[in-house]
Amino acid sequence: MFISMFGAVESGIIYALMALGVYLSFRVLDFPDLTVDGSFVTGGAVAAISIINGVPPILATLLAAIAGFIAGSITGILNTKGKINPLLSGILMMIALYSINLRIMGRPNLPLLNESTIFNSIESFWEKVGIDQALNGLVGVMGAERLPSTWSVLILMIIVTIIVKLMTDFYLRTEVGLALRATGDNEKMIRSLSANTDNLKITGLGISNSLVALSGALVSQYGGFADLSMGIGMIVIGLASVIIGEALFGKKTIARTTLAVIGGAIVYRIVVTLALRVDFLETGDMKFITASLVIIALVAPRMISARKEQKRRYRKQLALNNKAKEA
Amino acid sequence: MLHLNDISLTFNEDTPDEKKALQDIDLTLEKGDFVTVIGSNGAGKSTLMNVISGSLKPDIGTVKIDDKNVTPLPEFRRSNYIGRVFQDPMAGTAPSMTIEENLAMAYARNKKRMLRIGVNKKRRELFREYLLTLNLGLEDRLNAKVGLLSGGERQALSLLMATFTEPNILLLDEHTAALDPSRAELITKLTGDVVDRFHLTTLMVTHNMQQALDLGNRLVMMDKGQIIFDVSGIEKQNLTIEKLLHEFKRIRGEQLVNDRAVLG
Repeated sequence: MFISMFGAVESGIIYALMALGVYLSFRVLDFPDLTVDGSFVTGGAVAAISIINGVPPILATLLAAIAGFIAGSITGILNTKGKINPLLSGILMMIALYSINLRIMGRPNLPLLNESTIFNSIESFWEKVGIDQALNGLVGVMGAERLPSTWSVLILMIIVTIIVKLMTDFYLRTEVGLALRATGDNEKMIRSLSANTDNLKITGLGISNSLVALSGALVSQYGGFADLSMGIGMIVIGLASVIIGEALFGKKTIARTTLAVIGGAIVYRIVVTLALRVDFLETGDMKFITASLVIIALVAPRMISARKEQKRRYRKQLALNNKAKEA
Repeated sequence: MLHLNDISLTFNEDTPDEKKALQDIDLTLEKGDFVTVIGSNGAGKSTLMNVISGSLKPDIGTVKIDDKNVTPLPEFRRSNYIGRVFQDPMAGTAPSMTIEENLAMAYARNKKRMLRIGVNKKRRELFREYLLTLNLGLEDRLNAKVGLLSGGERQALSLLMATFTEPNILLLDEHTAALDPSRAELITKLTGDVVDRFHLTTLMVTHNMQQALDLGNRLVMMDKGQIIFDVSGIEKQNLTIEKLLHEFKRIRGEQLVNDRAVLG
């Protein structure tokens, strides 16, 4: 149990970067960007092919993020300069990326088994530090039977994700960031305040997809392969994380919301892991579980608040009736 | 300050729906002029506004601001010189962002937007001071989302946002039309105050004749895409609604058919 939860949190926090990207397009820019399904694979593909060709893993991961930025910008250009509907721009880009990703990889699947990745290169350094023994000792005392082989992935990813989160928070509070948020909130208004909304959308989608590609690059290194189909349904997983996170952890401020999105990505993985432990569910049912989760996260909060409202009204009426009785 | 030269604009040219929205408009505003524009629906007032702001391009003619030809500039570049308040109180502010964030965006209107924090301590103080002039208590609600404000409060905030950076030109597009009478009166008063305070060169479109008479030093009447009447100074001060209606009849030889205009 502990080991599967550990794995869920570990992969949840890697996918959290993708969820932050989806948050930027879907919530901040109010742009339902389907490029994500393609750019996630682009990230994995660029990182994998670079590593296989001897590029240092960190550089390969950065190249992946740049490739994602380019993909997102093109979606933005299609929408703003080509005047193509947002949804359609994303779909077109997603389909085009399918072929481009295949070209980048050369074949549908690239294994990274004996290559050095970000994770295994940090592991060798990590082992010397001896934190694993300490942490494993701790959870061992708490009663976990099987222990994770390394904590390095989790801790590295926590650090990376927090850095990305803080940078996103900062960016969204800058003058440019405020204009970006206003572009999604009231485009006419921010244009009358001399902001170039076309450029803002293009860079916004670029940044969003660079985070998605970054996540794809890390996922492929974590899993030890890049696969052409690894991006299918990624946008829905991203949306699930954003929506679950906002519903569970709130969205009062920007900093709170980005943290909620990360939390949402982790909760999503945990729920999926738990669901797959149910006997009659199979791995193939994962997409169905995801879709159900999104539906629940969208509908449940509304139902809960409607119920609260009903109760409140009922109490008010009751109080009024009691008053009438007394009088 | 603002110079419109021979502006013409026709919509749906060469179709049965052809509409000459503006015909040979010549209009010059001196620095500090406050011009009110009246006219019935479809007279071309809003089109004129949109041509000045850059959201519409004229078929022919030029728009100059401070002797600089801005005709080819897109809307967002022209907004460096132009502050604008729309008719819809929801249009001038971003609802899911806070009051101070909205002001910060307006503050950056005539500057280059950078990667530095939009609302810092110094600016917050500045915003508070400006909000005090509205007398609506908004200075204590800097972190409130603008979507929570009432229509009147939002329009007052829009007005402040359009003006406190002292634009070369202020465009007011029926900005009190969607408010109830008491709020409209408040915004009208604030408009007068703010224009005086910053000596703004202003063009205000209105359906409300009384408002057009009360505010500004010059009045322009439009009909069918043309400027048919233009008064300023003492002559404008002595105008009344009756005189205006009479004037319209004299020039056009027909009654001004507009209930809203007459009742206002």
